[in-house]
Amino acid sequence: MFLSIDRLSHTYLTKTTAVTALADVSLSVEKGEFVSFLGPSGCGKTTLLSIIAGLIEPTEGTVLMEGEPLWTGGTDARASRRAVGYMLQQDYLFPWKTIEENILLGLNITGTLTPETKKRALALLAEIGLGGVESYYPSQLSGGMRQRAALVRTLATDPKLLLLDEPFSALDQQTKLKLEELVWTTLQQYEKTAILVTHDIEEAIAMSDRIFLLSPRPGRLVRTFAIPDELRRCPPLAARRHPAFSPLFQSIWKEMEDLEAAP
Amino acid sequence: MKPLHDRIESLHREYLAALRKERRVIRLWQAVLLVACFTVWEAASRFHWVDPLLFSSPSAIVKLFGEKLSDHSLFVHTWATLFETLLGFLIGTVGGALIGAVLWWFPRLAKTLDPYLVVFNAMPKVALGPILIVALGPGFTSIIAMGVVISIIITTIVVYSAFQEVDPNYLKVLRTFGATRYQCFKEAVLPASFPAIISTLKVNVGLAWVGVITGEFLVSKQGLGYLIIYGFQVFNFTLVLMSLLIVALLSTVMYQLVAIIEKKWSRRR
Repeated sequence: MFLSIDRLSHTYLTKTTAVTALADVSLSVEKGEFVSFLGPSGCGKTTLLSIIAGLIEPTEGTVLMEGEPLWTGGTDARASRRAVGYMLQQDYLFPWKTIEENILLGLNITGTLTPETKKRALALLAEIGLGGVESYYPSQLSGGMRQRAALVRTLATDPKLLLLDEPFSALDQQTKLKLEELVWTTLQQYEKTAILVTHDIEEAIAMSDRIFLLSPRPGRLVRTFAIPDELRRCPPLAARRHPAFSPLFQSIWKEMEDLEAAP
Repeated sequence: MKPLHDRIESLHREYLAALRKERRVIRLWQAVLLVACFTVWEAASRFHWVDPLLFSSPSAIVKLFGEKLSDHSLFVHTWATLFETLLGFLIGTVGGALIGAVLWWFPRLAKTLDPYLVVFNAMPKVALGPILIVALGPGFTSIIAMGVVISIIITTIVVYSAFQEVDPNYLKVLRTFGATRYQCFKEAVLPASFPAIISTLKVNVGLAWVGVITGEFLVSKQGLGYLIIYGFQVFNFTLVLMSLLIVALLSTVMYQLVAIIEKKWSRRR
């Protein structure tokens, strides 16, 4: 098992309240799999992702990646963070750095910048359709181009696991569909394992192999949907047009409606 | 299509010409205002509309300026003031930025020192003058110290709050790569705060001049501040006004230099 999450709970403490964001979540992800966490806002999706990324320590439970615990007795596992790539809702390219400096940031920070890794990162940039913009500043690029550059920055360190925190939600529809396609094919090509957090049912179906549906306040795992093989094999745009797409959408939609109706 | 293109081109040329004309008109009026002020001043003094002993006159100032220039005393005083101001400005700015960085690095220290910073910031720093002179001696050290104390606290506060206001998502990006605290500071916190640091430079130019001139008032040994206070005591207002004009000129030049640095920096992003 590539990633296994066991009875994970997390509670945020503030001066006035203790808010439980995640309650007793257990799941596992296979190597090379693309899974989605789907749920309304307040279901602890981002908390779950932050725990997997090693950014916050869970109140309870364990996360094992390739058998190694991510959190052991409060010590941060820096090495494991390196194995994880994180993409945020917005690109968060550093405006004072050129695109080249931006995509090499991870390599710089982890101390793995060599002529080979640099060449690979630049090749990836060209492959993703951004050849020739190396010396530009982020403000000179469009939103879609910036998010693509952010993808290169994330992939440059060659992470084993990719965490995508609603990376398409701030884009316009057309750019979003194109970028979904690009991310999907790139991840297939490099056989990466990925976890996508989204509140968009269509996006989850189009991109994933499995969907974990989470309930809000506190976030619990309600149901797991396995995407049928014929949809899994299709890239996102084709999947959206597939006859099997709509029935699956309906059943997930209904499940989410029931969740909201529940007290 | 061609005529439309030509038309747009000529419209653009006209627009640029209008802009240039507007700028020339403004420059002209600025020059007129300057000349008018000095002319009225000269006339008022000549015809005794005002007391020439108190308000002097441009011609008297120019004459004195020539004398002071030929006996080299003006150069010594100007250089002393300029040197003190530059040093006070640099130490105040760099020191304040460094203290800001230390506060960012040690959050507990920042919380502890918070009320002290508030008190120091609220206090009129020139009131410390006599203490500084007693402690550091009546020389250029205490004058520079004046320039420093007046600017260092506000620099610390501005820089520290700029460090704190850096978008946490930039830090999140770095932390997902496992960045250390130092790497976070170098890669995100410091560069993101550069605009704030540059804007404190502009404020500090003015503050350093205030500190140094006040310091020279108190120490009364040399410098343009000394010339002003000396001229006042011997009732030589030509000397006072001449020194004042030199201070105005030099501080403007310094401010403009900082503005050029700021422009260079903002163009890089």
